[in-house]
Amino acid sequence: MMMEAIRIVLAIIILIAIIMGIAAGLTFIERRLLAVFQDRYGPNRVGPFGLLQVVADMIKILMKEDWVAPFADKPVFVLMPTVIIIATFMSFSVIAFAPGLVVADLNIGLLFFLAMSSMSVYSIALSGWSSNNKFALLGSLRAVGQMLSYEVFMGLSLMGVVMLANSFSLQEIVMKQRGLWFCIPQFVGLVTFFIAGLAETRRIPFDLPEAENELVAGYHTEYSGMKFAMFFLGEYVGITLISALVVTLFFGGWLGPPFLPPLIWFLLKTFVIIGLFILIRAALPRPRYDQLMEFGWKLMLPLVLLNLVVTGAIVLARGG
Amino acid sequence: MFSIIRTIWDVFLHLFHKRVTVQYPEQKRYLAPRFRGRIVLTRDPDGGERCVACYLCAAVCPVDCIALQATQDESGRRYPAFFRINFSRCIFCGFCEDACPTLAIQLTPDIDMSEYKRSGMVYEKEDLLISGTGKCHDYNYYRIAGVKIAGKDKGEAEEERPPVDTHSLLP
Repeated sequence: MMMEAIRIVLAIIILIAIIMGIAAGLTFIERRLLAVFQDRYGPNRVGPFGLLQVVADMIKILMKEDWVAPFADKPVFVLMPTVIIIATFMSFSVIAFAPGLVVADLNIGLLFFLAMSSMSVYSIALSGWSSNNKFALLGSLRAVGQMLSYEVFMGLSLMGVVMLANSFSLQEIVMKQRGLWFCIPQFVGLVTFFIAGLAETRRIPFDLPEAENELVAGYHTEYSGMKFAMFFLGEYVGITLISALVVTLFFGGWLGPPFLPPLIWFLLKTFVIIGLFILIRAALPRPRYDQLMEFGWKLMLPLVLLNLVVTGAIVLARGG
Repeated sequence: MFSIIRTIWDVFLHLFHKRVTVQYPEQKRYLAPRFRGRIVLTRDPDGGERCVACYLCAAVCPVDCIALQATQDESGRRYPAFFRINFSRCIFCGFCEDACPTLAIQLTPDIDMSEYKRSGMVYEKEDLLISGTGKCHDYNYYRIAGVKIAGKDKGEAEEERPPVDTHSLLP
């Protein structure tokens, strides 16, 4: 019993360290990739290929003054950056990186992820509200509206996968993709989930909550130093999470030709999806807020429902 | 819908395009000889200072970054006792070069002049003066102008006729 607890704690620590490393590395990878998409080089001065830029950024952000606005609601203001980090990290506990390599193999893994991604809405709503700043409040209002409306079809877009796999456990879902990855029978689900994921992580083109040219920095306008870094990290952890989920649910998780170990396959696929996130950031502008809502409710939701009905009918017809 | 996918694809293709960045300290862009960079004071072909301290550059300078003091040596040549350009003010407009009657002050295609201290941006005469002739190789003001200096009386300059003797009544 004791050994089991120690094993789990160790697994959690290692997982957090790795995810933190990936998220920190992503800040660098994103800048390099964005630069490449714009025919530039990006940060390539600090260390070999600019790799130490991450360290330089970290030192810089740690040295910054951690300022708490005197007009802010202090306890909430200080607490909220941790909530977003915890909520996103919690979701990682159900993700299966390789056969057996999972912190908690819940049989409701997918539901757990959806619940946790809803948790991060609190962080954003309350951080903007407690800042007592009109830009921050506007940003968090937008964020709440956006995340709530996109969460509706985010959950529904995954139900097709659940129907096909007949399970909520992510490990089960991956095993069911042995023959055919779900990206083919559930293509609509993949597209809608990816779009919802973009909106959930508040990435361009869905970054209206932090639209720099209208809202300064949106809900984290008043944050600085380490607290800002946590929001920043939370965003990148969120990207990694959504990418890992897209891979698990639609691209067969760790499955792949046996010349590479399963974990490497998983990471490779995840990084391709992360690259897609960055590519979309480089390519698309941000829509107007009413267009965003219209797109979510009038196009995506009916599409998802249709997908759900058709998938259900097919599963039923096959006698599932 | 199609246009969005097309956009994403076109941006993706930029992975394989040529980079436009010039990696500055290692690679340098070609700057034209007439580029308006660091200001220098040139010398005439004989090695003397070209500047005659006429103050025209200081007068025309829109940001007042040039300061100098005229003086004269024993041969009668005017020269600046000090000549100071504050490059932290200079806007590299090139008006001084335009105004200079003796082609002494010239702008060069040199732009790497960062300093750690602000006072380092103030260039004195010995920092500004170069040993060469700059852009105009053969020009020597005192050989052409009708100014009298030691070793060259009035009328002895190139293509200059002797002065008219106003006391003579002969035509």
